[in-house]
Amino acid sequence: MIISIASGKGGTGKTTVATNLAVSLGSDVQLLDCDVEEPNAHLFINPVIELNKKVYTPVPQIDEEKCNFCKKCAEICRFKGIAVIKETVLTFPELCHSCGGCVEVCPEKAITETGRELGVIEIGHRNSLAFAHGRLRVGEAMSPPLIREVRSHTRSDQLTIIDAPPGTSCPVIAAMKGADFVLMVTEPTPFGLHDLKLAVEAVKLLEIPRGLVINRSDIGNDGVQTYAKMENLPILMEIPFDRRIAEIYSRGKLIVEEMPEWKEKFIELYRQIEKITLKSE
Amino acid sequence: MKELVVISGKGGTGKTSLMAAFASLAEKKVLCDADVDAADLHLLMDPDIKERHDFQGGSTAIINPNNCTQCGLCRDLCRWNAISEAFEVDPIECEGCGVCVDFCPEEAIDFPIKTCGEWFISNTRFGPMVHARLGIAEENSGKLVALVRQEAKKLAEKNKLDLLITDGPPGVGCPVIASLGGASAVLVVAEPTVSGLHDMERVAQLAAHFKVPGMVCVNKFDLNFDQTEAIEKLAKENKMTVVGRVPFDPVFTESMVKGQTVLEYVGNSKFRSSISEIWQNIRNQLVL
Repeated sequence: MIISIASGKGGTGKTTVATNLAVSLGSDVQLLDCDVEEPNAHLFINPVIELNKKVYTPVPQIDEEKCNFCKKCAEICRFKGIAVIKETVLTFPELCHSCGGCVEVCPEKAITETGRELGVIEIGHRNSLAFAHGRLRVGEAMSPPLIREVRSHTRSDQLTIIDAPPGTSCPVIAAMKGADFVLMVTEPTPFGLHDLKLAVEAVKLLEIPRGLVINRSDIGNDGVQTYAKMENLPILMEIPFDRRIAEIYSRGKLIVEEMPEWKEKFIELYRQIEKITLKSE
Repeated sequence: MKELVVISGKGGTGKTSLMAAFASLAEKKVLCDADVDAADLHLLMDPDIKERHDFQGGSTAIINPNNCTQCGLCRDLCRWNAISEAFEVDPIECEGCGVCVDFCPEEAIDFPIKTCGEWFISNTRFGPMVHARLGIAEENSGKLVALVRQEAKKLAEKNKLDLLITDGPPGVGCPVIASLGGASAVLVVAEPTVSGLHDMERVAQLAAHFKVPGMVCVNKFDLNFDQTEAIEKLAKENKMTVVGRVPFDPVFTESMVKGQTVLEYVGNSKFRSSISEIWQNIRNQLVL
């Protein structure tokens, strides 16, 4: 089973829920941190990294000896990644989406592909918990291909917990698509509610069963509760605001280890998710 | 004209709340919400929308089944696996590269431009504002970010306003990169946690990469003094100016519930003077 943890708004507690849930469940679990722009789960998990590899995306390389400057490559590229000016071909690798159109269209077979570094992925473990994350190269714009690369390490014999990025656009979709369940984490504030609504619409589009964790549940107002009721979005857990929890988080520690009474609550959260996914099958 | 872009790396550090507080202090400015993916500034600004425009992002391939011979060439060429065995295009997976469109021997693939969102010009009690809404699950957020910033600049020029304050998106990827180009300075709102420190370092690198001068403000600084000091030290090592600290205070949430900026909510207080001081430091950095 794959559980994706998403939120719309950033900073609502996605990573807190993902890391504490993963550690509470112990063995046969893997945690994939797909917030490749700002990965944070490793700061709480402190995994032993066994494999570190760079990930590349193909971009064109022009053989000027073969090129006859016909401009077909520049014409097919929808992303302004190639320009032909008189007898010079300019490539803009940062704009390339790696569609391969230029390679296919070149009548002189003058275009091959080289790699643009997207970032790195690191794979490791913490005791029996398997861990992987990606880290987007600073300056790189495109995160979805790196997210897909992290997800390619999904093991079907294990429970996979995905820490998704914030927002509702392509990176979030890349981290949620194909999941069996999306656990939304929000805070009961106007910003939290507004962005939760957008995120719920995205999950609906993907037709994935979903549930809600309300973090800092005693601040703000009851807008999120009312909305959840209206949407039939089950509230699976509430975490009250507690300065101790905020401080544990600030130091990079896990709630379930510093306040062990929370472990059973996270296990119960998983039981509820299991029930919902079994019903929807 | 000067443009200050407020970013954070990590989400939920208080970017929008602080940006709104500065908006209530700044004079002669245009506000711009460039967090088009999950825009929240309008919840505090209550904008009166004056102009509404469609945002046309990219195109999506659509196979016309009447002309399709199911030769399979499009499926072979598509690097996004967006075309099913039944020769239907999944619009969520389609990257809009058009390779299938150009190579289809039957010319059976249409490639209509799609409307990916909307953008607005509004009036608010703090002056004009340009903001947007990207459609759910859409791509091209970077393009929309660039568009709202460009429109906000035009509006500032037209109204002879010399400052643009832009609420940026979280992360370091495409929309953030689109929010930085040509900015006068960025303000990074960081929180004193291990995540906040880690993410602030990455946005600091990004700002340096695009040669935009940076400032740092630590929000909720009293949650963890060690982390606050670590962030400020890192800022200085990266030649970023530390413009101040903001304490953890439930008034941020309370004011948000009321739809007010934090300074409207607290009235005259010590809190107000500390935020004003930070804004004055930012003004000095921007040479306003």
